[in-house]
Amino acid sequence: MNTVLAGRLSSSLLSQGLKSGIGIAIGYMPVAFTFGLLAKSSGLSLFETVSMSVLVFAGASQYIALTLIAAGIGALEIITTTFIVNIRHLLMSASISEKAEADPKWLKALYSFFITDETFLVAATRNEKIQAAYMLGIGIIVYGSWVVFSGVGYLIGAGLPTILQESMGIALYAIFIGLLVPSAKTSKKVIMLAAIAAVINSILTFASTMSTGWTIILSTLIASIVIEMLWKGEHQNA
Amino acid sequence: MLESYIWVIIGMAVVTFIPRMLPLVAFQMDTIPPFVRGVLKNVPYAILGALIFPGIITFNENSWLGIIGAITAFIAAYLGASLIIIVLVSILSLSLIGFVLI
Repeated sequence: MNTVLAGRLSSSLLSQGLKSGIGIAIGYMPVAFTFGLLAKSSGLSLFETVSMSVLVFAGASQYIALTLIAAGIGALEIITTTFIVNIRHLLMSASISEKAEADPKWLKALYSFFITDETFLVAATRNEKIQAAYMLGIGIIVYGSWVVFSGVGYLIGAGLPTILQESMGIALYAIFIGLLVPSAKTSKKVIMLAAIAAVINSILTFASTMSTGWTIILSTLIASIVIEMLWKGEHQNA
Repeated sequence: MLESYIWVIIGMAVVTFIPRMLPLVAFQMDTIPPFVRGVLKNVPYAILGALIFPGIITFNENSWLGIIGAITAFIAAYLGASLIIIVLVSILSLSLIGFVLI
């Protein structure tokens, strides 16, 4: 073990990451819990349910896979749909690479597994560069919550009151709003980016037959490019 | 039959990991033009907008639940609450409304 690597994986950065991840970990609990509950009613075994959370670790596509499995859809179509839903991670990964510290490639590959909408956003809306130890910290706590509560939901989910089950659907949106508002308070550019993408995505969702995966990618790209053209010369405080 | 799901899950895992990993490992940032870098910096905020709308209106059959939850989260976030508090407060507000209405 060389000292350079030990420096990269400093424990203070790791615990910073763990701290930043707590909010997301709590937000994931109800979502993972509900996933476990639905997996059971879709006919998956406990082993398959937990395996999906361990190996895939991507909420939206796991939900969609359950719907497809329950409908008896074939393997190839499930995998293709998963790919389309998750292709937006390409954008996030590229965006992180713009902010990433020069860590070794294997380390980047390792923490890239933990890129989700929420972990990406927490890391990307911070002012600092993205370091491997920090991302691993967020990843460990959030991943742990996702995997454990998928299993818990499978085992005891059906016993929960419906009102609570329905209310939990708000959790991820609360995270998104909680991440957007502080940045939007200080930057008009942030407000414009979010507003334009929101409008385009709403139009595409209601007026086209494109799947959610594609509408999010397209609206994000259009908003990011248009604003970059209008805001030239103001690169510093994005 | 049940055994085959494991292969579906492994397939899902592969096609999910590749887009996560590839740009981060393969991009050489010093060779990327400033305009593209600017666009990549914009991505987080744009994607937030797209993830919130229209999903927040449609996640429940009753759109009001999403709207009320969104307003609660917005107020909490505007007052500077931490992410944990924002999540808990918005779940709580919807549960309370559910109890009152029923």
